[in-house]
Amino acid sequence: MADDDLALMAHLLRRAGFGAARSELEEYAAKGYEAVVEELLNPEYSPPVEEDIIDRYYGGEAPTIWVGKWFYRMIGTKRPLVEKMALFWHHVLATGINKTEHLPSSGGQIELFQRIGMSDVRTVLLEVSKDPAMIYWLDNHENRKGEPNENYGRELLELFSMGVGNYTEDDIKNAARAFTGWTITQPIPLYPQGHFKSEFQFSQGDHDEGEKTFLGHTGNLNGDDIVDIVVKQPATANFLARHMYNFFVADEPQVPAWSVEPPQDQEAIDTIVKAYMETDGDIVAMLRAMFNSDSFKNAQFKKVKNPTELVAGVLKLVGTYRFPEPGVVAFGAATTLMGQTLLNPPTVEGWHTGKEWIDGGTLNERINFAVNEIGDASKPGIQDIINRLGAHGGSVSPEEFTDKALDLVGPLPVDDKTHAALMEYAESVGSLDFSSDEAREEATPRVIHMLQMIAATREFQFA
Amino acid sequence: MAANGKPPVMVILQLTGGNDFMNTLVPYNNPVYYDARPTVVIPQDTVLPINDTLAFNPNAAPLKEMFDDGKVAIVQGIGYQNSSRSHFRGMDIWHTCEPDKIGTEGWVGRAIRDLDPKKENVLTGVNFGRGLPRAMALAGTPITSVGDLDNVGLMTGIEEEARRNLALDLFKKMYSPAVGTGPVMEYLAQTGSDVLTGADILKKAPESYTSEVEYADNPIAKSLKDVARVHLAGLGTRIFYTAHAGYDHHANELKTHPGLLQDLSGAIMDFFQDLRDHDASDEVSMLVFTEFGRRMRDNGSGTDHGSGGGAFIIGENVKGGLYAEYPSLNPSDWLKGEDLDWKIDFRGIYGTMLDQWMGLDSVPIVDGQFEQIHPFN
Repeated sequence: MADDDLALMAHLLRRAGFGAARSELEEYAAKGYEAVVEELLNPEYSPPVEEDIIDRYYGGEAPTIWVGKWFYRMIGTKRPLVEKMALFWHHVLATGINKTEHLPSSGGQIELFQRIGMSDVRTVLLEVSKDPAMIYWLDNHENRKGEPNENYGRELLELFSMGVGNYTEDDIKNAARAFTGWTITQPIPLYPQGHFKSEFQFSQGDHDEGEKTFLGHTGNLNGDDIVDIVVKQPATANFLARHMYNFFVADEPQVPAWSVEPPQDQEAIDTIVKAYMETDGDIVAMLRAMFNSDSFKNAQFKKVKNPTELVAGVLKLVGTYRFPEPGVVAFGAATTLMGQTLLNPPTVEGWHTGKEWIDGGTLNERINFAVNEIGDASKPGIQDIINRLGAHGGSVSPEEFTDKALDLVGPLPVDDKTHAALMEYAESVGSLDFSSDEAREEATPRVIHMLQMIAATREFQFA
Repeated sequence: MAANGKPPVMVILQLTGGNDFMNTLVPYNNPVYYDARPTVVIPQDTVLPINDTLAFNPNAAPLKEMFDDGKVAIVQGIGYQNSSRSHFRGMDIWHTCEPDKIGTEGWVGRAIRDLDPKKENVLTGVNFGRGLPRAMALAGTPITSVGDLDNVGLMTGIEEEARRNLALDLFKKMYSPAVGTGPVMEYLAQTGSDVLTGADILKKAPESYTSEVEYADNPIAKSLKDVARVHLAGLGTRIFYTAHAGYDHHANELKTHPGLLQDLSGAIMDFFQDLRDHDASDEVSMLVFTEFGRRMRDNGSGTDHGSGGGAFIIGENVKGGLYAEYPSLNPSDWLKGEDLDWKIDFRGIYGTMLDQWMGLDSVPIVDGQFEQIHPFN
């Protein structure tokens, strides 16, 4: 199998999933790129995660447990794109648990994205307009006839579909009026009978039945009509295609700049837009066009990993949590320190991405997390790397050591400066000897230190 | 500028989401206010008056106390022409001083560059919190961002000291200036080497700190305590930045806003008390700002995004009082028929801080000359 194929497959799995252990990577690569793309786009080809096992081991509704379970899914699933698309929509339709009527609703929103995240844009926008967590987050339960609350109407247009510059303040006001009465039922608290989540409710008496004009359409418009009009707008196709490009292909400027800064690769975005327009916003069609494009294939390591990708990717590398075990709840806290609290984006705009993931504090946390996770020889992924390094049973030269370690972690290409520093480490410990159990024992901490150094490189911060 | 001869220090406190200025500094004798706010209103009998027309929200009692001590300058009606109602665009404009185009350079970053042109101290500007505000972003200017002051240090997971020292030594080489490798790689290299330098110095701050002041257990109190600890360690920081989130009150404002104002004003009071106890308050002035005010009329539960807001300048050297002008509540003066107008451009307030307090030239930093106020002794 050509090294290029392996590198490209590793790229696809970092982007469409959360990375892959070397053995997984080899299995995928044997199937061929396009076949794997289809496998990812058709989750039903692969078995689901065993939900009953998750629930048996990780009980409770607390957000940390919920996020821990999500990490367990991300690293264990055979349908990684389902989880990646849930994360994508979580970025775009950012809803925060710091303002919720009922904690489980936030997890419920991610479950909604897991269910419909690969359907079509109309379904996603309509369902999220009825999602209790979203309704409460953007105050639509307070949006009543005669007292419109324009929060949801504004963000639906500004951040969820069209982007600034493609509608007027009057369109916002009319959209808000169309969504009056889209509210939620009262949730029932945990005790004594267990959770009953709040649900969407259309409150006829609070709905404004008057005439509204929205993007040139006039009539007694309801929220469904607004969504129907919005999804037909080329601006929506463009805006969501750019979101997809930004999330899956290469880092774009932050969303508020999109109305004035053109995309770095309009052609790549046009490919996704074309798929949208041909299929009325079929998400799988958009993803297929994107993953099979050269612009995607050529974008290896062009994106800064978001904290979730970094944490899940390190866990895939060290091979832990393939079965439920305690500790999974800690990973939500780890990404928080890196600037991303899942279920709790900082604002409705979502997280600032790309370069903005990195500052002194977050870089420190990213490196320390990876260094700590890797520093345990008993982990299966580390064992696997040691076995592969010592597979020939003899001696491994410093140069081989450096290059093989980089290959087994990625393959991760590094620049000369990084390579020289890693070589300096390899030379300081001399050739590794795998000829006996004792020698192997001695080589083990050296391999770990090399892997820790690699996890601390600049290059490791990219996906 | 500071009376004790120490270089002036500025603390910038951002209230994220658009604080409701009218419910913070309440026009408590104006019937228009009570008409426009049938629900989201501060009752007249609860307010803390500072004169016949204006009063502090009762939840900001510590701020009122500091005002009575003459330490708080209230900047009324701060804003700018054609105020954006988008949080993100609005905050961007405040951060970059670029109302007409998308800027990438932050005004605080430019001020730090001017304070430390030779980049001698990576701690000249320090942010507390997760994520660097755009206000501090400026290519080539080192900024230190601290998530958790009690746990700074790189690769602390490598226990053996010799190994860790070797790793840090190699890290330094890997993160040496990466000219020509593209903006993100270059930025990473700089950030990495700044972390290495900054962490070593910052570690000392918690070790040397003792205080009688007990800060409350909330995010803004924690952030201001961290500011105090680093300031008191004397590490040369000239600009501190931190944010307090949660001010986007479209709904339930009467339930959430009071807690925020209590946390905020309590934390500011404790912060200055802490500095005073250590004889380190004279050189510190604080600017508290938010990206916009709220709509005149409430929406039955909260208030939607508006225009003119308010800011505060706080410190020992501040001449307390009211500055600029409270926007007219007369409905015919409402912007777009629904917003409080603005009376002074925010860039003039930045200019006030930069020229009159920090001793810098604000014109290139805020990109122009704007009307200033004179709130310092």
